[in-house]
Formats: sequence, structure tokens, C-alpha cells
Amino acid sequence: MVKFLDVVIAGLLLGGLYALIAMGLSLQYGVARVLNISHGEFIMLGGLTTWTLNTMFDINPLVSLAVCGPVAFILGFILHRTLFKRLLASSASPGVFESNSMLASFSLLFIIQNIASIAWGPEIRAYSYLRVPVNLAGAVFGANRLVTLGFAIVIGLAFYLFVTRTRMGKAIRAAAQDPATAGLMGVNIDLVLALCFGFGAAMAGMAGMLISMCYPVHVVMGLEYTIIAIIVVVLGGLGSIPGSFIGGFVLGIIGSVVTHIDPGLSLVAYYLIFILLLLVRPTGIMGR
Amino acid sequence: MNTTRVDLRKVWVPALLLIILLLLAALPYGRPGYTVVLVYTILMYIVLTVSWVIFSAPTGYISLAPAAFFGVGIYTSAILGMALPLPVVVCIGGLASSCLALLVGALTLRLRGIYFAFFTFGLVELMKHFVLWYELKFTGTRGRFLIPVHNNTIYYVMLAILVALLLTTYFIRRSKYGLALQSIGEDEEAAAHTGINVTLLKVITFAISAVFMGAAGAIWAIRLTYIDPYIAFDPLNSFMPVLMAIFGGMGQLYGPILGAAVFSYLREVLITRFPYYYMLLIGIILLVAILYLPNGLVGLIQKWHKRALGGQHANT
Repeated sequence: MVKFLDVVIAGLLLGGLYALIAMGLSLQYGVARVLNISHGEFIMLGGLTTWTLNTMFDINPLVSLAVCGPVAFILGFILHRTLFKRLLASSASPGVFESNSMLASFSLLFIIQNIASIAWGPEIRAYSYLRVPVNLAGAVFGANRLVTLGFAIVIGLAFYLFVTRTRMGKAIRAAAQDPATAGLMGVNIDLVLALCFGFGAAMAGMAGMLISMCYPVHVVMGLEYTIIAIIVVVLGGLGSIPGSFIGGFVLGIIGSVVTHIDPGLSLVAYYLIFILLLLVRPTGIMGR
Repeated sequence: MNTTRVDLRKVWVPALLLIILLLLAALPYGRPGYTVVLVYTILMYIVLTVSWVIFSAPTGYISLAPAAFFGVGIYTSAILGMALPLPVVVCIGGLASSCLALLVGALTLRLRGIYFAFFTFGLVELMKHFVLWYELKFTGTRGRFLIPVHNNTIYYVMLAILVALLLTTYFIRRSKYGLALQSIGEDEEAAAHTGINVTLLKVITFAISAVFMGAAGAIWAIRLTYIDPYIAFDPLNSFMPVLMAIFGGMGQLYGPILGAAVFSYLREVLITRFPYYYMLLIGIILLVAILYLPNGLVGLIQKWHKRALGGQHANT
């Protein structure tokens, strides 16, 4: 029984991170219609920045959250304002924009990864923070992982309230449903889309910071997280914040169960679930 | 007047193609090994790109599966390479890939749009991790070695695959079957209503495009000499054909060929000249191409051509 609990809690801890990453991608793809292949690169940037701040300047990782989030937001905002807005204007149809923006984000992946490898080099980086064991109903976990889950939930909840309770949130939901009509209703659509892209990048940056607290980070880690984010988004349902959380936790638990059985098969299991899901219910758990 | 013009074209285009083919066939004589390797690398990318275009350009389904088919070819060659003669291995590589494509296609081609891209991308990663798990668990090794053969042999096999591919593409485009594919891309529902067996057609085309990717992978494996799942199922091999096709422009058959040739040559040059910055440079080139060349190199050439013609008319 303790063993079972162990596996489930480990899954939940992992799932919180997955949910946060997926929420960012879901925002970028669900609202701004950019399937951002370079999503993981923002995670990598967040992780490596936190590492640098921690080892060079001895800054608490939780403080660097205040750096990673806003910087990633500004980066994403500017990217949408310059690159994707231009693409949107020049694309003939939403389908063309989707494929063009995906390819553009792929070239962003190249660019960001290369700049990062010049700045940080190929070494695997890690630092130690809050590595104290905590007893959770008989199962023992590092305090850093619990902090990670707590932050993921707080960020997710804050964003959920922002989207459901504020005027800007309403504009975002309108833009997700129908950008053209939302524009006609007086929503500044360019601003909303750029904001969403920025928020997505900010979530990736913050997730990167949280990941660096528990796992080693390196320059080429991004794509793996992008793929996980895509799986979670499809699992939870596109553009749904609760869906991202449910999807993240489900995938986290599945991952930790399979890792318990055979560590080599966890990624195989992710893709099998992903493929089965696409065949049976491509709209996801919370999708319409 | 008009008829003579058409006749001239009918003679010129095949003659030009034949001359290019002869030049390519004569290339390995008296050239350093590096040139041969460079040219067959370019040929390999042309094969991948054009076979991607066979399926994805007319139907509009973005397939990110090339790396999976390529990798199946690579593993076929690694497993059978010592037991069977090379042409047989290449053929089996192609057939194995197309079997995978038939299976995957039958399962997934009812997925629309971006979901199909997701799925095919997931397939590459699934194959990679499955093979990795299998190798570690059952054979106890991570990678495999292949017996190298002479560069010229690889070159001629690659050239043969390319010629077969181009002939296939040409006949598909000319046939009623190509027209049906085109109509699927324009409006799938309408195509189904005019009596086209949409699913069958898509699955078969997907399988045909996989044959050439698998064959190219089978011969490419010998050039690599050492392979492991990360090398064989590299997701870059999925994105490169897409990028090259868009870089070249997909409206004409020569677009993807031109795109793949220019882009892969550029890539080789950048890798050797700027080993630390080449990804950055490639990223920038792609970004510029996506932003400023919406119809690819072909679009650019057509624009220049029009401008040149316009100039002539202005003079007369």
C-alpha cells in the first residue's frame, strides 16, 4: 500500500510540472494558434538562468522566479508582435498560418538553442536546493519537489482566476473562440494574442525554474518537454486550463507507474497513450 | 507557330534531364571522395523531400513521419546488411517502411490537420524509444555497426533511388490518380462525393512515399557505419524535408528538388565553416524564407522571370 502511495504521489509531483508546461503551450496554441515547437527552449532558458543566478550570484531559486517569468513574458510578447503577427497578416488561411507558424517556431528552436549553447556550453548543470526529505503518509519525498508542485498549482490557479474573472480574461476567451468576431466586438486582438503568447512563454520560463530545482538542466533538454507538453495538451483538451491540470496529473501518474515497472518504457508508454488517445478521442478529456 | 513551340519543349526538357543524369552518373570519376559524399548527401535530402512532397503537398496533410520511415530503413539495413546483397537490402528497407506506412496510414489518416502532424511526430519518438528499450533489454547493446562499402556504390544506389522516385512522382502527377489526390487536398468531402475512395488513396500514397524514404535510409545506414536509435530516429529528419520543401516552394515538381539541393548544400557548407553557429544561421535563413519567400525559391524565380519578361514587353 505504501508502495502504491509512493508511486501515485511521485506521479502527482511530476504531474504538476507537466500541467504548468502544458498550460503555457495550450495558451499559445489554443488562443494564438501557434504550435510552438520552441516552447521547451523557454523552459531551458528559465532553468539555466536560475542555475546561473544561483551558482554565480547565490540568489535563491524562488527569487529568480521573479526574473524568469517577466523576462520570458517580454520575450514572448515581442516575438509575437514582430514575427507571428507578420506571419498572421501574410497567411492566406488559418491552416496556412498554423503550418507556417509551426515552422517559424522550429527555426526559433534552432536559434535559441544555438545561442544558449554558446552562452552555457553542453555541460549538464545542477544545484542543490531544499534537498531535505519530507515524510508524506509513509512516503518520503524531497521538499524541493513539494515546493515545485505548490508553485505549479498556485500559478495555475492564479491564471485560471485571471482568465475567468477579469475583463482581459474574457477577451482572451473570446479570442480563443473566434478571433475575427472578437475583433469586431472591440477586443484589441493583436494585443490579446501577443499577451497570450507572452503568458505561455512566462509559464515555460517559470516551469524551467521549477524544473531546475529538482532535475539537472542542459541546453538540449527543451524538445523533450515540448513533446510532453503536446501530449498533455492533447490529453487534457486544447485550450482548457483544468484540462491541462487533469492531463498533467494523469500523465504524471502513468509515467510514475510505468517507471516503477520498467524505467525504459515510460516514454514508450507516453507515446502509446498519446497515439491511442488521438485515435479514440482526439479532442481530449475536457475538449468539446 | 504554337505547335512548334510545344514540340521544342517536348524535346528540350527530357534532353536536359538526360544530360543532368549523365553528368551525375559520370561525377564519381576522377573526383575526390569528399565531393562524392557531399553529392550523395544532397541526393539523400532530395529523396526525402520529394517523397514527402508526393503525399503531403497535394493532400495538405503535414506528415512528420519521415524520420520513422527513414529509421526503419536504417534498422533493416543494420539487421540484414551482412546476410543479403545490397540491392535486396535496399528493397527490403523500402518495403518494411511502406508496411509501417500502410498500418499507420490505415489507422490515422482520418485525423485532420494538426492532429495528423502530432500523431506522426509521436510515431517517430515511439519508434525511437521502443527500439532503444528493445535493444537494451534483449540484445544488450545500444548501437549496431555496419560493414562499410565503397562511396561510389552508395552514390549510385542513391542516384538510382532518386531516379525511380522522380519517375514515380512524374507519373503520379500526370495520372488521374494524381488529380484525385489534388482534389482531396482542395476539398476532401467533395472528393469523396465524386466517387473517389479517399481513404484508400491516401493510405496508398502514404505507403508509396514511405518506400523511398525507407530505401534511402537503408543505404544511408551504410554511410553512417555506426547507428543507434537516437541517430536512426532523429526528429530532425522529419523536419528537414518539410523545411526544404517549403524553402524550395511546392507549386512545381522542381521546387522541392531545388529547395533540398540548395538547403542541404548550404547546411553542409555552414557546418564545416561555422561549426559553432551553424544552427543559428540555419534558423535565421529559415525564418527569413518563411517570412519573405512565401512561395519558396520557385516563387522568387517566377517573380524574376515575370519581371524580365515584363521588361521585354516594355521595350517592344
